[in-house]
Amino acid sequence: MNETPANATETRPSLRFEHVGQVFPASDGSRVVALEDVDFSIGRHEFVAVIGPSGCGKSTLLRVLAGLVRPTSGQVQIYGLPVNGPREEIGIVFQKPTLLPWLSIADNVTFPMKHKYGRVTPQERQRAGELLQMVGLAEFADKRPDELSGGMQQRAAIARALLHDPEILLMDEPFSALDALTRDEMSLELLNIWTQRPKTVLFITHSIPEALLLADRILVMSARPGRVREIIEVDLPRPRSLDTLTEPRFHELANHIRRQVFSRVVGL
Amino acid sequence: MSSPTTSAGRSSRVSSGSRMSARWKDGLAPLCAFIALLALWEGACRLFAIPGFVLPSPSAIAAAAGKVAPGTWAGHIGATLKVSLLGYGLSILVGIPLAIALSASKALSRTLYPLLVVVQSTPIVAVAPIIVVVLGAGDLPRVFITFLIAFFPIVVSTVTGLQATPAELIELSQSLGASRLREYRNIRLPYAIPHIFAALRISITLAVIGAVVAEFVAAENGLGYFINFSTSLFQVPQAFAALMMLVLISLILFQLVGLAQRLLFAWSLPKKSP
Repeated sequence: MNETPANATETRPSLRFEHVGQVFPASDGSRVVALEDVDFSIGRHEFVAVIGPSGCGKSTLLRVLAGLVRPTSGQVQIYGLPVNGPREEIGIVFQKPTLLPWLSIADNVTFPMKHKYGRVTPQERQRAGELLQMVGLAEFADKRPDELSGGMQQRAAIARALLHDPEILLMDEPFSALDALTRDEMSLELLNIWTQRPKTVLFITHSIPEALLLADRILVMSARPGRVREIIEVDLPRPRSLDTLTEPRFHELANHIRRQVFSRVVGL
Repeated sequence: MSSPTTSAGRSSRVSSGSRMSARWKDGLAPLCAFIALLALWEGACRLFAIPGFVLPSPSAIAAAAGKVAPGTWAGHIGATLKVSLLGYGLSILVGIPLAIALSASKALSRTLYPLLVVVQSTPIVAVAPIIVVVLGAGDLPRVFITFLIAFFPIVVSTVTGLQATPAELIELSQSLGASRLREYRNIRLPYAIPHIFAALRISITLAVIGAVVAEFVAAENGLGYFINFSTSLFQVPQAFAALMMLVLISLILFQLVGLAQRLLFAWSLPKKSP
């Protein structure tokens, strides 16, 4: 505890939720329990997907971790330190691309630096160019967001989140606004990015195939109050591809999760 | 060798030609309607022999306008423009910072908003004589009356725009640990631009109305004063001529605000569907 070896970060969990609870006051004066006793850890460079019915507190989980919301009980730790506010090592991708319509794609990618420090260094500009190359938007750098499709905009938003090379990537249903074909393509692209630049990822989704394709572990949550129902190890071999979707084990896991998610509905 | 360039040149000429004709159609239709209306008006005046003091014909209005010296017109137009633009400028200078303050502070918004609604609900036309008594002669009371009429839409619309910013962008800003000043300058204010300009377009026409109201109450020149003066002498065609000037000024100012948005914030305009 006092003497930490050099490789301690490799074995210590990067993210830890300690009995986290979150209660919001509702408009009618009652209290809504968004999270109740959520307790789990995520290892370094692990890809964890969170799945559950709507209203199960998935997004709250992400916002607590990002330091945007203080938990009403328990605490969240990043590298052993409690989260008291926004942290440098985090990049966030939201459900919608939320690019700034008055900036070019390149300026949107460097916007976090401009916004935080008031200027963008040439190195950051160059890095933005490399990231746009990586997400396949190199020739759209000078275009405005509304000239791009929804999928392309979301790629730019991913590039924006990756600009400061965050150790931790938080993604809140990032592909849910996209059509099914673009969605599969984006999932594979994200896997590709994650393989090239390993990161600890917390990925909120309501798509079971997406979670299985991407994650090392899947957190299944139940709603009202939001709790962790089960943590599933995804033992599908990597590298994964579209072929993974046809493996028998994939279907086994998918059926299992589906039963977990819908158990209340069908009364199992 | 030369065929690709010529075909490219031709195709671009064709597309710019069709754009020209579209613009022509856009401008031509209202112009035709306007001319038809004038003709109808003129015809009705002549056919039913409507007396000039009830409804002067367009030709009588034009004749009356011609009889007034250009210098006199320029004086009245200049006076009205000055009051309108000063009042308009004041309503922007006060309205936008006030809107920022209201959207940034819930307590302030709760305190001031009802007060603003009270001000807006008060008929300014009724308050105008009181303002003139309080603020005395000169442009000051007129500018203040114009401001009172023009500023409310700017405040309301700007507040709406500042709060229409996607919550995710505000969260992004917070996750970066950026100050609220930067949040407003870099994200919220630009996001409010379409709303602000919608209000600026409404307010410029209100500013002209405000100036005229003020001139009705107390003025020695300006188009509002000139209308009052003309009707008191039963020179109805001349009053109509002044009214036409006012309409023209409003239209031109309205178009100028739109032009400013096109030139400065082209991105904020709605995309034309192809």
